[in-house]
Amino acid sequence: MSPEQLREADLHAYVDRQLDARRMDEVRELLATMPELARAAQAYDAQKLAVHSAFDPVLQEPLPARFVHRAAAAPGSRWIVVAIGCLALGMALGWWARGERAVDWRPQIAHQAAIAHAVYVPEVRHPVEVTGNEEAHLVRWLSKRLGASVRAPRLTSLGYELLGGRLLPEQGRPSAQFMYQDANGRRLTLYVSTDVQNRETAFRYAREGDLHVFYWIDRTLGYALAGDVGKDQMLRLARVVYEQLNP
Amino acid sequence: MSRFDALIGTHIPHLRRYARALTGDAARADDLVQDTLERAWIKFHLWKPTLELRPWLFTIMHNIYVNQIRAAARHDLSAVSTGEDIAQSVRANQSDMLEVGDIAACLSRLPLDQREVLLLVSLEDMNYAQVARILSIPLGTVTSRLARARARLRAMLDGDAAASLKVIK
Repeated sequence: MSPEQLREADLHAYVDRQLDARRMDEVRELLATMPELARAAQAYDAQKLAVHSAFDPVLQEPLPARFVHRAAAAPGSRWIVVAIGCLALGMALGWWARGERAVDWRPQIAHQAAIAHAVYVPEVRHPVEVTGNEEAHLVRWLSKRLGASVRAPRLTSLGYELLGGRLLPEQGRPSAQFMYQDANGRRLTLYVSTDVQNRETAFRYAREGDLHVFYWIDRTLGYALAGDVGKDQMLRLARVVYEQLNP
Repeated sequence: MSRFDALIGTHIPHLRRYARALTGDAARADDLVQDTLERAWIKFHLWKPTLELRPWLFTIMHNIYVNQIRAAARHDLSAVSTGEDIAQSVRANQSDMLEVGDIAACLSRLPLDQREVLLLVSLEDMNYAQVARILSIPLGTVTSRLARARARLRAMLDGDAAASLKVIK
């Protein structure tokens, strides 16, 4: 790179470390020969430091009671917040009615998933009906019984292998459970429900006892990933599952 | 704790820091955070895990703040057309407290559109593409606003702006 090729954008990207390693080196070498620009880069670095030292202490301040209170809002008051919010936004009546229904209807899937998880995860000899070695058969069988195309997502990239799956009853309808296990023997379950009443629900989180459950519903099937390996890790896993099942 | 709080809780201190720097006023900043949380709460069903949560929240905050500033400007000024004018209206009630050399004061004297870019990059350490998405502007606009903001700030911090401060006031 010659001095003429050093654009102003490069200088800022250099200050913000948003260039790849090779370009960072090139700009650094170039700046050694261009004192004026080097001073600018130095001044911009100092600005960043000044901004951080002025405002980083905010991160440590205790949160105001109103945030904390809102964070602890009970389900009842949550409904009110949603209803008032919709009204305040002056949304069309039809839209509002739809929003209200969505709040009224609470999917049972997270709870069902947690129950099935608690029952089968501790099983040593019979955690699954059909093992992961017979994945094709397992998936065909469950798809047939659930009356919908069911797939077992791959979590190998995050260290979890498919242990297998089983068929379960839920309110007189068939549902399914896939179980995964990592090298340390920690287990996750993915619950697949057909009791979803043609609803759609975006990605949600629920806490069921010690379990973190991430769930969503896509009209014909509901999915819930349950586990106790830490919420951040569960979120990562749930994202991978979600992306594979809802491409 | 609900799923909303579980996912969003960790971002609240960052929203608060950014709001403080953006508005230059602690009470006003916390109101903005509160408005952002309430809006996020209502819109949470639209959030998908393929969307990164942090930029999503900052987008909501940006939209609310710009709307608030515009609404305030409609009362204060007969016509508002550019970011510069908008920033001026905020600045008017803060200029009494200005002190050259104070980074917060200098920030408040930047036009809003430049201040937002500068803070998202410098304070929140976002990359330029994220900033472009949050503010709904092209990537080239991000870098040009950033360049202008930094050049101005540098001039102010170097003391060149002492005279212009009096003019503004």
